Amino acid sequence: MLLQLLLHLLIVLLFPPLLLGVITRTKALFAGRKGPPLLQPYYDLHRLWQKGFVISRTTTWVFRAGPIVGLIVPLLAALLIPFGAIPAPFSFNGDLILFVYLFALARFFTASSALDTGSSFEGMGAAREVTFACLVEPTLLFALIVLVRLSGGFSLNDLLGKHLVTSWQSAGASLLLLVIALFVVLLVENCRIPFDDPNTHLELTMIHEVMVLDHSGPAFAMILYGASLKLLVLGALLVRLILPWDSGNPGVDAVVFMAGMLFIAVAIGVVESVMARLQMVRIPQLLIGTTMISIFALVLVLR
Amino acid sequence: MIFFLSGIVIIALSGLPGLFMSSRDDRGQAFAEILALLGTITTFIGLLLCTTNAGETVLRAGWNIPGGELLIRIDAISLIFLLPFLLVFAMSVIFGKDYWPQTQHPENSRKLRLFHGLIAAAIALVLTAQNGILFLLSWEIMALASYFLITTEDDLEATRRAGFIYLVATHTGTLALFALFALLDLSCGSFSLPAAGTLPAGAVTTAIFLLALFGFGLKAGIMPLHIWLPGAHAAAPSHISALLSGIMIKTGIYGLVRITSLFATIPLWWGWVLIVLGVITGIFGVAYALAQHDLKRLLAYHSVENIGIIALGLGLALLGRSAGLPELAMLGLAGALLHVVNHALFKSLLFLSAGAVIHATGTREIDQMGGLIRSQPWTAALFLGGAVAICGLPPFNGFISEWFIYQGSFRALIDQRLSLSLAILVAPVLALIGGLALACFVKVFGIVFLGAPRTPAAANGHDATRLMRAAMLILLAACLSIGLLPWLFAPMLKDAALAWAPISGGEAISASMTSLIWIGILGTALILFSGLLSWWLHRRSCLADAQQPTWGCGYLWPTARMQYTASSFADALVKLFRFGLWSSEHGGRTIGLFPPRTDFSSHTPDSVLDRLLLPLFRVLAIAATWLRTWLQNGVTSLYLLYVVLTLIALLIISGR
Repeated sequence: MLLQLLLHLLIVLLFPPLLLGVITRTKALFAGRKGPPLLQPYYDLHRLWQKGFVISRTTTWVFRAGPIVGLIVPLLAALLIPFGAIPAPFSFNGDLILFVYLFALARFFTASSALDTGSSFEGMGAAREVTFACLVEPTLLFALIVLVRLSGGFSLNDLLGKHLVTSWQSAGASLLLLVIALFVVLLVENCRIPFDDPNTHLELTMIHEVMVLDHSGPAFAMILYGASLKLLVLGALLVRLILPWDSGNPGVDAVVFMAGMLFIAVAIGVVESVMARLQMVRIPQLLIGTTMISIFALVLVLR
Repeated sequence: MIFFLSGIVIIALSGLPGLFMSSRDDRGQAFAEILALLGTITTFIGLLLCTTNAGETVLRAGWNIPGGELLIRIDAISLIFLLPFLLVFAMSVIFGKDYWPQTQHPENSRKLRLFHGLIAAAIALVLTAQNGILFLLSWEIMALASYFLITTEDDLEATRRAGFIYLVATHTGTLALFALFALLDLSCGSFSLPAAGTLPAGAVTTAIFLLALFGFGLKAGIMPLHIWLPGAHAAAPSHISALLSGIMIKTGIYGLVRITSLFATIPLWWGWVLIVLGVITGIFGVAYALAQHDLKRLLAYHSVENIGIIALGLGLALLGRSAGLPELAMLGLAGALLHVVNHALFKSLLFLSAGAVIHATGTREIDQMGGLIRSQPWTAALFLGGAVAICGLPPFNGFISEWFIYQGSFRALIDQRLSLSLAILVAPVLALIGGLALACFVKVFGIVFLGAPRTPAAANGHDATRLMRAAMLILLAACLSIGLLPWLFAPMLKDAALAWAPISGGEAISASMTSLIWIGILGTALILFSGLLSWWLHRRSCLADAQQPTWGCGYLWPTARMQYTASSFADALVKLFRFGLWSSEHGGRTIGLFPPRTDFSSHTPDSVLDRLLLPLFRVLAIAATWLRTWLQNGVTSLYLLYVVLTLIALLIISGR
C-alpha cells in the first residue's frame, strides 16, 4: 500500500517530462534527424527555473495565476487517477466529476491569464481554447459514462479497475471506440498535431502556444511541467484501457504503466510526423465526430 | 413564529417612513435601511427558533375569506429558499446604500425603497404560505412590487418597455396559477395545500402539473417562457437585479417543487418534460449569453441557463420518484435545491459587482470597458470569484450542486431499464453547459477587467466603496464556504428532500458525505498550494522589469482598440449555435485592395420575444383595432341590438 503510494508519487513528480522528450525524439527520427537528447525537457526546465522574468506592463496578478493553477491542477488530478494497476491515492464516489472539472478550472485561469496581456494574438488563442474545450468535454464525459455503466462503480479506481479484463470480452467494440475517442481527447487537450502545434510560436493557427507567449522564466517552466503532467494524467486513462491487467507486484505494475505511457508518447510522435495540422474550420467538425464515436460506444453498452 | 411574522412586517413597512421625509437628504434612506436590516435579523431569529422548536413552525388562524384557514408553515423546503433569500436581501440593502443614495437619485429613491421592502416581505410569505389564497395574494404583491422596482428609472423608454413586457408576462402566469389553485381546491376540497405525497392521481392531475409548469415556469424563466427576463434584469438597478435574479425567479422553482411534492404518484413523462425543458433552457440560455455584449443582459441570460440546470435536477428527481429509485430522487432534488441556493449567492454577487462596474464606467457595454482591474482591484477579484463559482468549478459552491446532479444521473445509468438509463444524457449536457459558461465568463472577465482600457471612462474608474465591498465579500465567503465545507449543508438538503418525497432513500445523501469531505479537502489543498506558489512566484518576480510592453509579434504600435472584443471572442461559438440564435450582422465588408473605412456591428435579439411574439402581437393588435372600429361604431341602435343578441344567447344557453 505504502509502496504503491510512493511509486504513484514518484511517477507523478519525475516521469512526465520524459514523455515530451520521447515525442520529440520520435519526430526527429521520422524526419531523419538525430534529435535532442531524451532528457532535454529536464534540462529545459532546469534552465528556465534559473532565469529571471520579463513581465508586460499591461499584466496584473491574474497573469501569474495562470501558470500556478495550470501546475497545481494536474498535480491534484494525478492524485485522483490510477496509474495502470497502481490505485489512485485519493478515491471517492464521484471523483471523476472533480477530475473533469479541475481541468476546466485550469483552462479558466490559463485563458484569463492570456487575456491579461491585452494582445489580440493571445485573445485569439484564448477564444479558440475555450471554444474547442466545449466540444471536447462532452466526449470525455461520454467515455467516463460508458465506464461507469460497465463497472457499476462511481470512482475512477472502480472505473479503471479489475472489471476491464472481462469488459473487453463482453463489450470490446465499445471499449475500442473509447480508445479512439480518448486518443483524440488526449491530442486536443495536449495541443498536439493535427489540432494544434506545440512547436510553432508565430502561426495564426495555434491555440495553446499562443496563450503562453508572454510567459517567461520559472512561470514558463511551470507551464511546461504542467503540460507534461496533463499528458501523463490523460494518457493514464488510455493506458489503463489498453493494458487492463494486474500483475500483483507494484514494481512490475509501475514498469508496465510507464512502458504503456512511453508507447503512447511514441504514438503521438508518429501521428505528429505523418499528419499535417488541420485547417481551423475543420477542427470543430472532427471534434463533433469524435463525440459521435463516444455516443456510439454508449449506445453499444446501453442496448 | 411571532419573530418571523414581525420581521416580515418590519421589512414590509421599512420604506414607508421615508415617504414622509425630505427627498433631498438621506435621513429617510437611513431609516429604511436600518428597519430592513432589523427586520431581516428578526426573521432570521424566527427561523432559528423554528429549527429548534417544532411548535414554532406553524401558524394557524381563522379568517373571513372562504376556503380554508390562514396557514403559514416553515418546513425544510421553505427553509432552503428562505435562508439565501434573507442573506441576499440584506446584502442588497447594504449595497444599495452607496449604490443608489437618496441624494443622487431624489426622484425615484423613495419609491425604490418602499417596493424593495414590500417585495422582500411578499417573497417571504410566498415561500411559507400553505393556503392557496394567501399564496396568490403574496404572489401578486411580489409581482407588482417587482414591476415598480424594474421601472425605477421610468424616464427611460427601454425601462418602461421592459417593465411592460414583465407585467404582461407575470400576469399571464398568475392567470394560470388562479386556475391551478381552483383545480387544487376542486380535488382536495380546501384552499389549504394538502400534505406532501397525499394527492391521489385523478382527472385533473395532469392539468394541475401543466398549469404549474406554465405559471411557475414563466416566473422562473424556463425557455421559451423566459421572454421578460433579460430586459427586466437589465433595466432594474443592479442591487435590485441581484434580488430579482437571485431570489425572485426562484419562487417559480419553489412553486414547482411544492406542487410536485403534493402528488402521491408521478407519471414518468413529467420528469422527461422537465429534463427536455432543462436541456433547452440550459444550452440556449448560455448560448444567448455568449452572444450578448450588454453586461447585465448577459448575466440575465445566465440566470436562464441556471434555471435550466435546476430543472435538470428536478426532472431527475421526478424520474426517480415515478420509477421507484429513491436514490435518484434524493440526489436529483438535493442538486436542484442546492443549485437554487448557490445561484442565489453567486448571481447576486455577480450582479452587485456588475453594478459596481457600471457605477464606475457609466455604461453597460462590455466592449467599452477593459483593464478595470487596475482601477477596481476589489471588484475584479470579487467578480472573478463569482465567475468561477457560476461556471461550476471547484473549489466553489457551483461545483457541489452540479456534482449532486451528476451523481443522480449515474444512478439512473446503472439501472437496467433503458427508458431510465437514457437520463444519463443529462451528464454530457451539463458538461456542455459548463464548457459554454466557462467560455462566456472568461470572455466577460477578460474583456471587462483585463487588458488595456478601451475608453477613458474605463481608465479613470473608481473602486466600490467599503460598504459595497463588504456586501460582495460576504456573498463570496458564503459561496466559498459551501464549496469548501459542503458536508455541513448535506443534512439540510436531506431534510428538504425527505419533506418533498416522504419515501426512504435519504441515505443516498448521507452516503455522499465521505465524497463531500474529500471534495472539501482537495479544494482546500488547491487553494492552499496555489496561495503558497503565488507567494513564492510573487517574491521571485517582483524584481522583474515590469516596464516592457506586451509582445506584439513584431508590430510596434498596438492600440487598445486592437484587443479582442466580446463579439470576436464569442464569434466561433455563436456561429456554432447560429441555428438557434440567428444573430444579425451589419457591415464589415471590405472592398478592393485599399478598402475605405467601414463599420461592423452584430446583434442577437431574443428569438422568442423579438422574432415571434412581438410580430404576432402586432398583428393581433391591428386585428383587434379593426374589430373595435367595426363593432363600436357610435350608432346607439346597433348597441341596443348587441344587448338583445346577448340576452337571446344567454336565454338559449340557460334554457338547454
